[in-house]
Amino acid sequence: MTNTRTANMALAFSDEQGMILESAKSFCRDQSGMTAVRGLLSSESGYNPEVWAEMVALGWTGIAIAEQYGGSALGIGSTIPLVESMGRHLLSTPYISTTIASQTLQRGGSEEQKSAWLPRMVEGTVATLALLDNEDWGATTTSCTLSAEFELRGTKLLVNDGAVADLFIVLANHNGAQVLVLVEAADLPAEALSKKVLIDETKRACNVCFDGIKLSADAILPNSESALRDSRLIGALLTAAEATGSSAAALDVVVAYLTSRIQFGRLIGSYQSLKHPTVEMLIGMDSARTLIYHAATIVGDEALDQDAEIACRMAKAQATDALLFAGDRGIQFHGGMGFTYECDAQLYLRRALWMQHQYGDAQHHRLHLANLLLN
Amino acid sequence: MTTNTHSPSAAQAPELKEFRADVAAWLADNRPADPGFLLPQTFMEVGSEQVLDFLREWQHKVWSAGYLGMAWPEKYGGRGMAPLYQSIADQEMKRLRVPICFNVIGLGWAGPLIMDIGTDYEKDKYLKGILNAEDIWCQGFSEPNHGSDLGSIQTRAQRDGDNYVINGSKIWTTMGNYAKYMILLARTDAQVERRYNGLSFFLAPMHTDGVTTTPIKKLTGEYGFTETFFTDARIPATSLMGDEGQGWGIAMKTLQYERGAEAGAAGGISILSIVMNDLLKMAQDVEREGQPLLKDPVTRDNLVKFLIEEKALYLTDKRIAIPALCADYPNSLPLSGKLRSTEFFRRMRQYALTMQGAQSSLYVGDEDTLDGGFWQRAYMNNFSTTIGGGTSQVQANIVGEHVLGLPKD
Repeated sequence: MTNTRTANMALAFSDEQGMILESAKSFCRDQSGMTAVRGLLSSESGYNPEVWAEMVALGWTGIAIAEQYGGSALGIGSTIPLVESMGRHLLSTPYISTTIASQTLQRGGSEEQKSAWLPRMVEGTVATLALLDNEDWGATTTSCTLSAEFELRGTKLLVNDGAVADLFIVLANHNGAQVLVLVEAADLPAEALSKKVLIDETKRACNVCFDGIKLSADAILPNSESALRDSRLIGALLTAAEATGSSAAALDVVVAYLTSRIQFGRLIGSYQSLKHPTVEMLIGMDSARTLIYHAATIVGDEALDQDAEIACRMAKAQATDALLFAGDRGIQFHGGMGFTYECDAQLYLRRALWMQHQYGDAQHHRLHLANLLLN
Repeated sequence: MTTNTHSPSAAQAPELKEFRADVAAWLADNRPADPGFLLPQTFMEVGSEQVLDFLREWQHKVWSAGYLGMAWPEKYGGRGMAPLYQSIADQEMKRLRVPICFNVIGLGWAGPLIMDIGTDYEKDKYLKGILNAEDIWCQGFSEPNHGSDLGSIQTRAQRDGDNYVINGSKIWTTMGNYAKYMILLARTDAQVERRYNGLSFFLAPMHTDGVTTTPIKKLTGEYGFTETFFTDARIPATSLMGDEGQGWGIAMKTLQYERGAEAGAAGGISILSIVMNDLLKMAQDVEREGQPLLKDPVTRDNLVKFLIEEKALYLTDKRIAIPALCADYPNSLPLSGKLRSTEFFRRMRQYALTMQGAQSSLYVGDEDTLDGGFWQRAYMNNFSTTIGGGTSQVQANIVGEHVLGLPKD
């Protein structure tokens, strides 16, 4: 029927995922109305600590963490309906950063590392990955080093939620290999963090200088290589899920305008030049939604296999391209209003521009897919 | 469009595996030899008696072997089995690329419609002939000047004693020159011009005085459609399906079958399946500067884009089966299905020609064409799917208006 390497056609949805979707939908709608979103745009942390505390209390930070560390062990696929709903309502919290970090630790950490940190992350301690030392998500090397004496040197760029993180998982070279190391925020001097001005004002990130931080051998994740690979793919999948939710929201904003704005005596949604591209937004979002839940179905707790890698990369490529289209057309279809800061359409375009690069842009993933599917 | 809603676990059951192997073995043993003339890629290219006879014999053979109409009741020529068996048989026919079961308007649209809302008289009279290919069916909806706008139908059907007298013309009648019956939409009440409730639905006999057909030559140079003229053609009043004035509703139901949104089709493949694997194979075979085209980075990126789209398309039915994931726009996937799949295939087949380089500027009849011009035909004939059954632009209006709630023009 199709390429044997694209033949995995699993798409299932568990009762647990259904329940998470239902409660996440109403939670995000109630806690993240447009007034709340707008109110946080210029705030320091970018999120409401009370909302974050409530998400922790609901057990959401433990969805994909093993029971022995206080989680509910439902698998990373069960976070997808939640992350998608967060994207739908532009609800920003350190949830995504922390979830990717807890996955990295769960997949690559030692028993001691996991026992020390995973229960705290279930209870709301923020953790984040520090991967980039240049603008290239596709980079296979890093300039950050961990010396033989376990001293770190290097600056990491665009570390999500870095200002509120208690724990960083840092990519560095050590004895000729790439390793992930745990660095506590408490060990960093205040001037190590420099906040960045982001194009998406609902998001927060900073550059972090790790020069001179002294660690010990037990800061290194023993299974760094496979944890790094998996967390990049899981990062791509969670970004794709959030982008899919945001595409649906951008679509709602466009449809609301097209069904209320009258020009030349007609509702503008009756013009096919606007109607048809809006249908294209819907179709792009629908394809993304199909692909993120396909990936959610096959990404398990074990190291990601080739099918899972293909699924995560396809989901990311589709979801952020679809959001970019929806964000771009969303501005244009609002006419003069779309050119203003006041119009909500800008929120989705800015998000699209930020999100396309998170965990690799569409072209990056297609390049990897070509090697997976065409060689 | 194919629908495949069974679970993979059910399809793994031993008796089904065995059934699948039986179908495959039968098809391998019985597939006809290359007839030496071009076979149609879809049921819309049956353009000569030679092709017609060939396909009729093949469909009859498939039916006789028990692999067509498997889920239809036995008394109507079916086998009374679970639809899953037909779906497996169809998958094997598709996979092994045997010739199509060409009587599609009967098998896929008129048949399920008659099964659903037909009288016992209609079921007894029509269903078996559809399966065994004795009775070929055609469709008379579109009219000259009113392609996708069925509300504007002008063909008149006037009651006169035990007959209706038909006057008018239809266009794009697939196999109109070979069909015994037509599903015909005509206006029985002229008082309601341009309105839907003046329309009625007929199962009309084509071998009737006053019915004539003119073959239409297609952009590919092939035949397969006719224009059909009715001049005081008297058909029995028993040809009326339902009541006078119900034509619009019955036609809409028929379109649901045509667009693959409703189950009930007799089965068989109606078109040759052309998938991404065929493009990948071509990219491997075609060379540029001594290297397979498959190594070219731009080509690779384009192929991956198509593969992503293909994957999302093939997963659609699985997602439709999960209502929680379709709650926002419940009808989105079913209503956009034709638009998404036909436009995907149009662009994919167009790219297949681009990949061939200057070779794709040759055409059927030139000895140097790739696969006898298979891809040239495949691309150009694909427009029948983006135009027929409601153009992509009409489909986009339907999705915009019925799924997103956008205002009509």
